[in-house]
Amino acid sequence: MPERITTADVSKVATLARLTLTDAELTSATSELDAMLDHFAELDALDLDDVEPMNNPTHLVNVMRDDVVGETLDRDEVLAAAPLAEDDRFRVPPILGLDD
Amino acid sequence: MGALDIAWNVRNGITSAVDIVEEHLAAIDAREGEIHAFNLVLADEARLRAAEIDEMVQKGDDPGPLAGVPVALKDNLCTRGIATTCSSKILGDWKPPYDATVVTRLRDAGAIAIGKTNLDEFAMGSSTENSAFGATRNPHDTSRVPGGSSGGSAAAVAAGFAPISLGSDTGGSIRQPAALCGTVGVKPTYGAVSRLGLIAFGSSLDQVGPFATDVADAAVTLEAISGHDPGDSTSIERAPLELRAKLEMGAAAVRVGRITDLPAGAGPDVQERLDEAFDALAAAGAEIVDVEVPAFTYGLTAYYLIAPAEASSNLARFDGVRFGSRVTAPDTNQMYMATRSDGFGAEVKRRIMLGTYALSAGYQEAYYGRAQKVRRLIANDFSAAYEQCDVLLTPTSPTVAFEVGAKTSDPLAMYLCDTYTIPSNLSGDPAMSVPFGTGADGLPVGVQVLAPALQEATMFRVAAELERSQA
Repeated sequence: MPERITTADVSKVATLARLTLTDAELTSATSELDAMLDHFAELDALDLDDVEPMNNPTHLVNVMRDDVVGETLDRDEVLAAAPLAEDDRFRVPPILGLDD
Repeated sequence: MGALDIAWNVRNGITSAVDIVEEHLAAIDAREGEIHAFNLVLADEARLRAAEIDEMVQKGDDPGPLAGVPVALKDNLCTRGIATTCSSKILGDWKPPYDATVVTRLRDAGAIAIGKTNLDEFAMGSSTENSAFGATRNPHDTSRVPGGSSGGSAAAVAAGFAPISLGSDTGGSIRQPAALCGTVGVKPTYGAVSRLGLIAFGSSLDQVGPFATDVADAAVTLEAISGHDPGDSTSIERAPLELRAKLEMGAAAVRVGRITDLPAGAGPDVQERLDEAFDALAAAGAEIVDVEVPAFTYGLTAYYLIAPAEASSNLARFDGVRFGSRVTAPDTNQMYMATRSDGFGAEVKRRIMLGTYALSAGYQEAYYGRAQKVRRLIANDFSAAYEQCDVLLTPTSPTVAFEVGAKTSDPLAMYLCDTYTIPSNLSGDPAMSVPFGTGADGLPVGVQVLAPALQEATMFRVAAELERSQA
């Protein structure tokens, strides 16, 4: 199993999850994750080598439908629920160029 | 009056739906201040819909099997044009552009949405204390929690605010609050009820199901919401469940399994009620069979890898772009970070962190991958047990309702509330909680009936017998 968790690990996970943690949150998140990892160690005792993973309870693989036009959401109604929209599109702050 | 009685009276013109709605709004006015079951009461909408139902009856049209029945909807079910919050700040005043399939089906059956109920934020919790809008209280004792995460839906039925309600169950979120509030609560077979419009937590675990004051009302509600939905690709291609036909058949010759290696933890009061439930079924002619489900005990651990992993992926969509709140920032990445950090509560962040860790490079196989294998073991062990019996009986919750604040500082203690309910979500099989007497401090105890996939009719039959034995 992997090494026990450090605040640096937790900080990296927070970035991956697009969360900013305060120093206090980082400390508590580290000890909470550490406690959970202790708990997860109970699975180490199981021999799982020949067990097929189960990712959902159904036996479905791909579900296809006929290629016919159906009802879709109303664009104005969808955009009205967005934080910011302009010219029939979602508006976001700049994505590129700030570091240049 | 229960849902079936209301519908019968309304369909036959004996009672008006308008009067039914007014009675329930009055009940809400009287006690909602101390219970806080709802995030939003739909008084005007319910009155309008009730008038439409009454008009249909007057014209000789049949509004359906739930004619005029008020229903409370967990606030993670999308309602078109009506705020849907998941009890989270991050959704702001978002109004969905569509109805969840279950909401449409209840409406088509004649039911009347009377409000959106409080939950643990994004359905993550077992007490309905993790809500951005404050905790819900247990109607049996307002110093206690109602359970969770569907605590608002359970409390609404227990307090008489609505005869039926809908919740969602990812690890016990219908059954545990049903037990703590003394109502019936059902988690159907995975895929039996559409998830379209249920805001996703753990997509391979989530199911929508009913709360009701008795087994027959739960049955009619589940019949109304079940059945194939082309809008949910995991929906099973089957007709709606038929449950009421078998309710009166009793438990004679049904093989009821007692799990001999069930994880310890149930309090003596809960254990006594469970023993009495076995006795009641034996007295009704059921055969009690001892079975083993060895991997049951690993359910909690596997769940706390799988559910957060799925949640971390599902909750990535809350990024301030398409819906909900946004915190402004100079660039898009900073906007994501600021919006999510401000919008999510502590428990949601905890699970996103755990899930992101369990899925991150280098750890995915060790954690998420192994948990998926344990999930297979659990499903296999249930299948083997069901070769010897038709249903299983366990406690629903290890204890009766606990005090508000008792477990908020200890996430692991809170997670243990779901020890007996989680394995059914992992296997995908149906399970339901039936009120069975009282335990410590006179508070309700629930007994859980579990059945193989799509065997809801047998499960309900046993539940009805448990109910009858107390009459």
